[in-house]
Amino acid sequence: MIETTSQPIAFEDTEGQEVKRTTCYMCACRCGIEVTLNREGRVRFIKGNRDHPVNQGVLCAKGSAGIMKQYSKAKLTGPMRRKPGSERGAGAFEPISWDEALGTLAERLARIRATDPRQLAFFTGRDQMQALTGLWAQQFGTPNWAAHGGFCSVNMAAAGLYSIGYAFWEFGAPDWDRTKYFMLWGVAEDHSSNPIKIGLDKLKRNGAKFVSVNPVRTGYSAIADEWVPIRPGTDGLLALAMVHTLLSRELFDAPFLSRYTNAPWLVIDAPGTAKDGLFLRDEAGQPLIHDRKQGTFVGGLGAGIDPSLFGEFDAPGGLKVRTVLTLAAGRYLDERYSPAVAGPQCGVPAETIERLALEMASIAFQETIEIPVKWTDVWGQEHDKVVGRPVSMYAMRGISAHSNGFQACRALHLIQMLLGALEGPGNFRARAPYPRPIPPGQLPENDEAVMAAPDKPLGKTPLGFPVKPEDLAVDKDGNPLRIDHAYSWESPLAAHGAMHMVITNAVNADPYPIDTLMMYMANMAWNSTMNTAGVRDMLRAKHAQGPKKGEYKIPFIVVSDAFDSETVRFADLVLPDTTYLERHDAISMLDRPISEADTVADAIRHPVVKLDRDVRAFQEVLVDLAGRLKFPAFTNADGTCKYKDYPEFIWRFEKAPGIGFLAGFRGKEGEKSLKGEPNEKQWERYIENGAFFSKHWEPGEQWMRHWNRDYQVKAVEATFIPKVEPIVMQIYSEPIQKFRLAGQGLYEGPKPPKAGDRERLVKYFDPLPDWYAPLDGDGADDGEYPFHAITQRPMVMYHSWDTQNVWLRQIMAGNFLYMNAAEAKRRGLESLDWVWVESRIGKIRCQLKTMEGVESNTVWTWNAIGKQSGAWGLEKGASESTHGFLLNHLISEHLPKAADERSLTNSDPITGQAAWYDLKVRITKAAPGEEGVWPLFDGVTR
Amino acid sequence: MRLGLAIDLDTCVGCHACAVACKEWNGESLMAGPLPDYDAYGKEATGTWLNRIRHYECGTYPENKTVNVPMSCMHCEDAACVTVCPTGASYKRPDGIVLVDADKCMGCSYCAWACPYGARELDQDEGTMRKCTLCVDRIYDERLPEADRQPACVLACPTHARAFGDYDDPDSDVSRAAKGRSLPPMLEKLGYKPVNQYLAPRQAPEIKMQPPRPKKSLADYIRDWAGAGKGS
Repeated sequence: MIETTSQPIAFEDTEGQEVKRTTCYMCACRCGIEVTLNREGRVRFIKGNRDHPVNQGVLCAKGSAGIMKQYSKAKLTGPMRRKPGSERGAGAFEPISWDEALGTLAERLARIRATDPRQLAFFTGRDQMQALTGLWAQQFGTPNWAAHGGFCSVNMAAAGLYSIGYAFWEFGAPDWDRTKYFMLWGVAEDHSSNPIKIGLDKLKRNGAKFVSVNPVRTGYSAIADEWVPIRPGTDGLLALAMVHTLLSRELFDAPFLSRYTNAPWLVIDAPGTAKDGLFLRDEAGQPLIHDRKQGTFVGGLGAGIDPSLFGEFDAPGGLKVRTVLTLAAGRYLDERYSPAVAGPQCGVPAETIERLALEMASIAFQETIEIPVKWTDVWGQEHDKVVGRPVSMYAMRGISAHSNGFQACRALHLIQMLLGALEGPGNFRARAPYPRPIPPGQLPENDEAVMAAPDKPLGKTPLGFPVKPEDLAVDKDGNPLRIDHAYSWESPLAAHGAMHMVITNAVNADPYPIDTLMMYMANMAWNSTMNTAGVRDMLRAKHAQGPKKGEYKIPFIVVSDAFDSETVRFADLVLPDTTYLERHDAISMLDRPISEADTVADAIRHPVVKLDRDVRAFQEVLVDLAGRLKFPAFTNADGTCKYKDYPEFIWRFEKAPGIGFLAGFRGKEGEKSLKGEPNEKQWERYIENGAFFSKHWEPGEQWMRHWNRDYQVKAVEATFIPKVEPIVMQIYSEPIQKFRLAGQGLYEGPKPPKAGDRERLVKYFDPLPDWYAPLDGDGADDGEYPFHAITQRPMVMYHSWDTQNVWLRQIMAGNFLYMNAAEAKRRGLESLDWVWVESRIGKIRCQLKTMEGVESNTVWTWNAIGKQSGAWGLEKGASESTHGFLLNHLISEHLPKAADERSLTNSDPITGQAAWYDLKVRITKAAPGEEGVWPLFDGVTR
Repeated sequence: MRLGLAIDLDTCVGCHACAVACKEWNGESLMAGPLPDYDAYGKEATGTWLNRIRHYECGTYPENKTVNVPMSCMHCEDAACVTVCPTGASYKRPDGIVLVDADKCMGCSYCAWACPYGARELDQDEGTMRKCTLCVDRIYDERLPEADRQPACVLACPTHARAFGDYDDPDSDVSRAAKGRSLPPMLEKLGYKPVNQYLAPRQAPEIKMQPPRPKKSLADYIRDWAGAGKGS
């Protein structure tokens, strides 16, 4: 033993320090933080807020590194415009005043709004204020608005909202405390961050099994009890092979299926007619079931029914009908879904698939949880317990970013429905304001005259959930009405828009040219785009002839961001945003609040650090512009602006009487929640409460909310749902069948005029979850491009935001392409070899590393590490630009040209979700002397 | 007293939350800092850190496993870094924490060479050695709420893979966490008796399988199901 010594401890000098609580924004997770400021008001320490429902005190690497974001050299300092005479993209700017910036912009926008509002395309990135930006776009009158969901996760959202009434990511969460078997599908390290980590620890402590289905074993998969290295793009098939196993072993929850899903609903079998594949309904439109006791057809939503789950029946009018579950059994018991057939396609042994399915069923049916709790269902029946089949799942972009992701995600929900493992103890559970009707009853604006009407808001929101071909945004000839082609025959259920098509379509004037492209926090000239190099050229493309010769094809580009991103330098006008510690923000109940399964919750940000630059929060800019442009919702009768600033707008604005952006501390005294008069002290009350509002549902309201009367009464009051009624989960999707009928030419309504669209509707719009090979590359492994190329999410970085962060870039400032070690050896490749990676549209050069934890047919790298030299405050030669690279250059925004010469979006044909995980590549060793990443993008350092 | 950390390799996802929280707290700590960054926006940014995460793979595909190992000072009972220090700057406290008195440190780096765990890093600006203090200025700071008197890394860890406490106290968080799960001391043969313990990955839970039912033809299924109207 060595000698010990005592010396006094020098403790923190806390004099003048202050602690303020707000909400993190280093990613989309929205954790509560306590920011300690020193006496000069400088951030000293950021710590997780222990009382916060999201992170319960913990904080990730990004959260703690928020301090370096606050003091980042990449912060923009004032409004700028492109230097007259300089080329767009060169990054030459001159400062201007806010008055001039907003004056010029308002003038331009007023002109667009008074002539053709569609000429403004407004797309936002990872902001979480779509309730505001959506309202703003609607009031402006342009349909050309969306956030980055079409690039990110719309397949998860849409599949959930068209199947189970809630969805993976923000609208649901596994019951970490009670689940005994957890299956994670694909990369999820960025969504969500701390809640999943907290949950994984709970699983491990409780002895639950954690299975990870992912081609790559890093991140969360590292600690999985079982890793299933799947071939990318085959998740849907794997899930359906599990469905095959469950059905063939008669392992399904019949009572759950017959009461809570549309399994017993009756599907009309009338091929070649407009009724084929639709539900048998009564005159009021209620779907019918065949009642076993009464031996006849009765309403499927009523009380006291005893539905036949299986069977084929003769319905009145000579119609043949079969239950949904009969169709499903017929489909999935087919040999093509058997593990023996599907396994080799997925790269997963048949025995493994069968065992995993049986493990889930064993847990679901043998280790059932019962919680004694009194609750009343929507039919008025009282219950004294809830029953949980403690299996849960989570999935994010590993499923989402494939062109078959919508159907794959529906297949996961099908497993959950068969096991009766939704909304009960131990299951994947809904988070308020979900569950909602399936799909939510909100249709997108699709009236061409309304869209083109000068100086008028849209009648509906730009985004919504179509349920039939009539809801599409197409003109009388079937052409898209939106610049991103969302809700066209090309992408009918594009519920989040299609950000990745905006620039390409605008430059091609498809369907029309635009005047102004306004982007907020969207790095569309770099990692938030496909075909990055091509898109950068398009941003500066000019007319080669005609009256506009020499003018930019996109005449005016406005970018708002807090930091000097790659996209900022393509702006004609830069509106510098604040950091998250410098502004007010509402993480709104009207948007994507922070509710957990047992609580309804939302949150705010408020300035905890004083501004030291001439920048403005984009929210303030939007409210200011709304006033200048005299949007009806923002203007008094006398023409003056209703709101002096964003905070006032947030507390005063009512969407409906008593319903506003923030659900907490409403009413004159702040005594009401969810609904109540506006409270002018609402912000103060949130701040006092730690920057969030949270309210526990009563025990009898916490479970089975699709059918829970007491919960639904409150949800109606809060306008989460329109009325108290059963929300029946949809195994079989009638809206999707209607689109298929349109493709078949049988639908009594709009039909696609183009043969290519018709074929796609017939092929991909399957009312039952199905699997098809990814569209780009068609899945062949022996072809020209044998490898799948995908990205994983480094837990220390959020998209392109953080490689500028002085601490985080020390952890990762370059990336490698990772290949399975045995596969590399077979191909004569070694770690640290420079390789060419080629796709059908281009090539890049990068450095290879070999590893064990990657499926043989897959190569992968970390997302968005590569940076343009000079952007993000990085100095010339920074390793992000010399040792970092993007796969985006290899991914086309279009599929290979179709037979009719059309260029269709490289996206899910149902939702328009960008299919960047469908990428296939070939890899060859670079010649001696060929070193360094390529292509390089010369930047300027300002 | 043997204050130290228990680090659970079963739940460490390698997210670096501990390392960054450490850097943030200790960078301005009067006991541990400063922790400078070099070439912060330049070619190859580096800096002084007290905790770094290493990622390893074991086994061969597809039976491989990824293991994340956070590494910081082990606060060894027989700390070579203390013995080799020529100026007495490195010292061990009675509670077991190994510290550096920066006023006495001349930056010779003998201690860093002596440490087999790579746990010491030089502040190249001031020329003095930096290392984990177990946040000695947090754990004894009675002005902090009791729950916050923990090392910054432990407070931040999102999977609660880190615990702090006294290994001599059988009821401490670390003793309870490590009970039955601790791995043999890292580089045990060197005999430095590291105090921090790493906990082994847990065995995958056994699932009690429901006896399988025989497979039938589709027609049989539908007939049976249509008759019974019930599955499992």
